[in-house]
Amino acid sequence: MRRVMVIDMKRCVGCEACVVACKTENRVPDGKYRDWVVQETRGELPLLELFIRSQRCNHCADAPCVANCPTGASFYRGDGTVQIDRDLCTGCRACMASCPYDARYVHPEGFVDKCTLCVHRLDKGKPTACEEVCPTGAILTGDLDDPNSLVTLRLKRGDVSVVNAEAGTKPNVFYVNGAR
Amino acid sequence: MALSRRRFLGLSAGTLAAAVASKLVFTRSAAAGHPTIDPGTDGHAVSSVCEVCFWKCGIEAHAHGDRLIKIRGNPRHPLSNGRLCPRGVGAVGLAYDPDRLVKPMLRVGPRGNDEFKIVEWDEALAFIAGKLDELKRKYGPESVALFNHGAGASWFKHLLSAYGTANFGAPSFAQCRGPRDVAFDLTFGAEPGSPEVLDIANSECLVLIGSHLGENMHNTQVQDFAEAVARGADLIVVDPRFSTAASKARTWMPIRPGTDTALLLAWIHVIVTEQRHNRAYVEKYTTGFEELKKAVATYTPEWASAETGLDAALIRSTARRIAGAAPASLVHPGRHASWYGADDTHRSRAIAILNALLGSWGHRGGFFRPSGMKLAKIPTPPYPKPKPPADRVEGEAPFALEPLAQGLRRATIDGKPYPIKGWFVYGTNLIQALPQREETLKAIQALELLVVVDVLPAEIAGYADVVLPEAAYLERYDDLIPIAWHESGVALRQPVIPPPGDAKPGWWIARELGKRLGLEKYFPWTDAESYLRERCKLSGIDFEALARDGVVLAPHKPTVIEDGLALSFATESGKIELFSEKLRAAGFDPLPVYLRPHAVPAGYFRLLYGRAAAHTFGRTTNNRLLGELAHNDRVWINAKVAKDMGLHDGDVVRLTNQDGIKSAPVQIKATERIRGDCVYMVHGWGHTAKGLRYAKGKGADDSELVSRVNVDPVMGGTGMRMNFVALQREA
Repeated sequence: MRRVMVIDMKRCVGCEACVVACKTENRVPDGKYRDWVVQETRGELPLLELFIRSQRCNHCADAPCVANCPTGASFYRGDGTVQIDRDLCTGCRACMASCPYDARYVHPEGFVDKCTLCVHRLDKGKPTACEEVCPTGAILTGDLDDPNSLVTLRLKRGDVSVVNAEAGTKPNVFYVNGAR
Repeated sequence: MALSRRRFLGLSAGTLAAAVASKLVFTRSAAAGHPTIDPGTDGHAVSSVCEVCFWKCGIEAHAHGDRLIKIRGNPRHPLSNGRLCPRGVGAVGLAYDPDRLVKPMLRVGPRGNDEFKIVEWDEALAFIAGKLDELKRKYGPESVALFNHGAGASWFKHLLSAYGTANFGAPSFAQCRGPRDVAFDLTFGAEPGSPEVLDIANSECLVLIGSHLGENMHNTQVQDFAEAVARGADLIVVDPRFSTAASKARTWMPIRPGTDTALLLAWIHVIVTEQRHNRAYVEKYTTGFEELKKAVATYTPEWASAETGLDAALIRSTARRIAGAAPASLVHPGRHASWYGADDTHRSRAIAILNALLGSWGHRGGFFRPSGMKLAKIPTPPYPKPKPPADRVEGEAPFALEPLAQGLRRATIDGKPYPIKGWFVYGTNLIQALPQREETLKAIQALELLVVVDVLPAEIAGYADVVLPEAAYLERYDDLIPIAWHESGVALRQPVIPPPGDAKPGWWIARELGKRLGLEKYFPWTDAESYLRERCKLSGIDFEALARDGVVLAPHKPTVIEDGLALSFATESGKIELFSEKLRAAGFDPLPVYLRPHAVPAGYFRLLYGRAAAHTFGRTTNNRLLGELAHNDRVWINAKVAKDMGLHDGDVVRLTNQDGIKSAPVQIKATERIRGDCVYMVHGWGHTAKGLRYAKGKGADDSELVSRVNVDPVMGGTGMRMNFVALQREA
């Protein structure tokens, strides 16, 4: 199984329902976020383009956070996701320093925290909190190892990108319809 | 700002093939014994209805015992479809806002000093009842006015109708959707409704005139908008600002602010002169086509181009695209329509007429016609016959559908046609909701009683004689909430958690006041639940099912012509009135005319305002879950203009309007996404109320800069986009 997330930039309006849903689903502390929205304007008036991306941990297949974790707290779960074992985490922040996506934060309780891709929900057959709430239906999760899954079919259609591909970490969060 | 630390990370394409093809090599296996963390936020779910805005989406609120944990969309509710906007999800932050009103309070010291003593309910209610008796004796019951927003106001409307007044002024009419509702009423004999009955999901062409869907997060409408965008519908967005919606459009038309009617008339001109209108529909359902044709003969795209700053060829080609998609071609009626005052009804009429020419009213992809659900009323004695509302003097704004909030304010000041001496303010922060603040403050000082019923101490509460803490919508029952959508039905608001402190639900407050005013017979129920059970019984609705599912739907009836809907129009002629005999008879232009807006004075910018996705007016800005999101407490200014002024993105400025009114310090957002002749703010920031610890002092307040209005002579709407501001850097 290889869990991935596909985010449709054409649908997304950047409302941040995903951000708030994640916070309440996952008890994310005040002032901290596991996901966030980036808006970028390109061009000059009147020839403008607006790119909106709901971002989070990319669950990289070649994850520097896992490689740089001295205690083994950051690990590959075997389902395509990267997770943190809170019991093993010492809060040393080596993972944060190595993450090219700035996706992690230190939880007030001392461990490092980030998006889990809501595996506690996916394991039960439910969508992630952000996917479930999204008013525009812009967020889709699924198994890329399944040739008939919606995510596989969508990624095959093209116009796919990842954030910061140069980092070479093989992200599992994909953006579609960004080329317009 | 927690989000500002996020640096922008560039995207690059081309990794797809590798991504799909590659198989992972795991350095650790899942079998390593790591636990999976479940945050345990499911709890038990209660179905209810949101009230962060007026859309009234169905929700499922998850709680552990008495602790609300999270809120999601109710999948059974046709306005949510299991999804929700950030405000609805973030209402957990309202439930646990540390600034919630939790005790009744009586004013000490001068009115407006925002100083109170905490009292028990009995003392507060006895005080109000005593004052209401006194006002009735001295001035008559019509001397009390209600200003309201939201579903919970129904209990207070009932109470005050029984008391004997009809002075109910919701700013949502004259300060918001009034011109649109009047225009559609005059044209179709029906209003676009709330929620607007727009079949955006099936539109082949969608035109937005200043409607910034996506920033305006009306859940279902945004869901449908995303479907239309994903489907590749032809989207045309007319806005001085490159809105989120504009960024999804095939064509963005960065129009000169206030000239929309000129564009609409030119579109009508092209469609009519090129005979691109829906001829069968126009012949069958409309009257006044020949008069319209004559009236628009001179409104050429070239004429409109000079007014709007838009290219004439583009005006012509967009008109053809709009007509080409008919009848699944929808010119969005908008919602907040009190823009420029003088021609707001005309502009909305032009939109209505354009839709009539396309035949979109009643067709799939246009305006659908919901059947609604009939709900029985619990019998109560008839209300005493009230005096007509005091909001208008003889002959003023003859087409107003509701009392004008600013008219009730005026009557409070000048006592004409009769004195207004008491205000009930329910769920609306009149300080920010009404333009011309000086007038509001003057009226407040002329009162003998000001009661504020609310959940948070916004500015208006600081002026109250009595502040009554209401249970938030998550903590109370309200009256049945009808659903008029593709599927019609009824939804239930019910308590998920208990209210904080001594906060009480509106139904309880109204009933207790009724008892003290000798109006018990108007409240023949013991509590809201027994009221609702009885009303459901009378309406043939299974209350248990409603309480369980949050919604009961009526059998489906056709809502579009394609499904067998027969169109009818509640106008005088029984047809769509392109030419309005009613307007003519009242001395107004029977066909839309364009009035050029006041020019922007040198050194000034036109002040525009709108919404942000995470906020409803000022009522969400103190919410910790929502208040921090995005940088939407900034004032937008064109990047090149800012540069010429020596201003940089993030600089702090003050805005001074044409009357010398100065805003609080506010950061600028220097962006290419707005024309150079206007600035733009999100309405609802810039709070000064000392009781709003998170919102106070954040951003600036657009409404304080609206010291002038242009009143729509047809229906009394207050056009507010004719205020101008200059920017000074804050030292």
